[in-house]
Amino acid sequence: MHPICAIFKKEFSLLAKGSAEMMMPLLFSVIVVSLFPLGVGPGPDTLQLIGPGVIWVAALLSALLGLEHLFRDDFQDGTLEQYLLSPASLTMMLMTRLFCHWLFVIVPLILISPLLALFLNLTLNMYWALLCTLLVGTPLLSLVGAIAVALTLSINKGGVLLAVLLLPVFIPLLIFATAAINNAALQLTWYGQLGIIGAMLIFALALCPYAISYAIKVSHH
Amino acid sequence: MQFASIGEFFAMGGYGFYVWMAFGISFFLLIVMWFAGHWQSKLLFSKAQQELARAQRIKTARAAKKSSQPDNS
Amino acid sequence: MWKWLHPYAKTEATYKLAGQLAPWFLLVGAFALLIGTLWGLLFAPADYQQGDAFRIIYLHVPSAILSMGFYSGMAVCAFIGLVWQVRTCYMAIVSIAPIGACLTFIALWTGATWGKPMWGTWWVWDARLTSELILLFLYFGVMALYASFQDKLQGGKAAAVMALVGVINLPIIHFSVEWWNTLHQGATITKFAKPSMAPEMLWPLLLNIVALAILCAGLVCRRLQNEIFLREIRRPWVIKMVKKAGVK
Repeated sequence: MHPICAIFKKEFSLLAKGSAEMMMPLLFSVIVVSLFPLGVGPGPDTLQLIGPGVIWVAALLSALLGLEHLFRDDFQDGTLEQYLLSPASLTMMLMTRLFCHWLFVIVPLILISPLLALFLNLTLNMYWALLCTLLVGTPLLSLVGAIAVALTLSINKGGVLLAVLLLPVFIPLLIFATAAINNAALQLTWYGQLGIIGAMLIFALALCPYAISYAIKVSHH
Repeated sequence: MQFASIGEFFAMGGYGFYVWMAFGISFFLLIVMWFAGHWQSKLLFSKAQQELARAQRIKTARAAKKSSQPDNS
Repeated sequence: MWKWLHPYAKTEATYKLAGQLAPWFLLVGAFALLIGTLWGLLFAPADYQQGDAFRIIYLHVPSAILSMGFYSGMAVCAFIGLVWQVRTCYMAIVSIAPIGACLTFIALWTGATWGKPMWGTWWVWDARLTSELILLFLYFGVMALYASFQDKLQGGKAAAVMALVGVINLPIIHFSVEWWNTLHQGATITKFAKPSMAPEMLWPLLLNIVALAILCAGLVCRRLQNEIFLREIRRPWVIKMVKKAGVK
């Protein structure tokens, strides 16, 4: 079997076994979003105003939470070492791994976004913008985040450090995504902002795979 | 010279508080960085000297022990 | 040029060079900064709109420019270090980061004290201020990453990768003014052909930019020396140097 297919199969069987860990980020984001009406007040206008930002911040934080487990188990049980030794391209294998992670951890978050939009009283127009920015923006989160995850593998307590490293890098994404949704709220076009996020995604797609595999090599040292 | 007197210079046209706060804290930071560098290099050097002295003491003690041992036995 | 640069991959050569440069950089930089600041504070005419509060510019603009400049310098070091596997470059990264963070803080601080009398508020979430804040976080990230590694060579490589990731943020910082136009006034010296500042205001500013750059380069040299010394404290050349200075 081709190594890439093998990785797919392994990830799917892990998912079939039902790993509760994968559901955690999803649950986390729903809880974070539902805290805001309680904290800020349930006024529909206020919620609509802060909604895009809240959902995106929740998505950022839960993506960060999910990313922590991206390579850690594989690093500890030696799977990554086998990847390094394997004749197949390390970059391709890591990208497959990353894609599976995105599919199983982040896509559920996108699927549940209508619920979050309802919670925060977003209009349909805003919801479309939210969905598009999430679809284009979250792969970018995973790609850039994976670099920092791979770098901090050999440090045992990497969780907070990961947040310190990654959140500043994600700020431009947050700005453009919320700007797009706010434009949608005002019935303006928001394709420009989406286009910039798309450009960042393509740029990341070109460079990040190499950075990730280099970082994995540094961690194994 | 833009200012007629020292008092006017410190007042900075009414903005003295802000101007002097900006310059004061910034220069303070730069001076701290300056001295931190010097202080650290002194500290490192004395640490290296101490380590070296300790290594030499151990060496001489070992040599003394070695030379005194044959007499004891 | 490569032939000239190559010896400095060896830490000993870099240590000696930094030791030779540091005192000169520090003295010349401090002297020039003093002159530039006094010139700006005493002799430059007051701004017709902002009065004397505009004199904060003589620290604000140099530190803002250099905070980004030092970050790009750090990224260049990171790139060289990663491509040619030069250990000295990783040490340079960790010696630049604290100085850069210091400059960024100065830029933010002077910006706040300038903003209070001019805009009536210490802080606005304007694009350039925000990106300067992000830059500070990026510096902290590089420093924190390096500090949390036991194996400092590995830590240096990790910090280098992180510095390169962060440098993607620099163009965003630079062009953010055009992307989101808000309260912040446009860049002060972008067009050298026809500067928007009067020359008697501009000269001390340019002097201060150069002076602060030299001073901070001196500070970086000092830190680089310390970093090399700390990492190589058991190497023969360090022991020889310490012996020469006399053992306590």
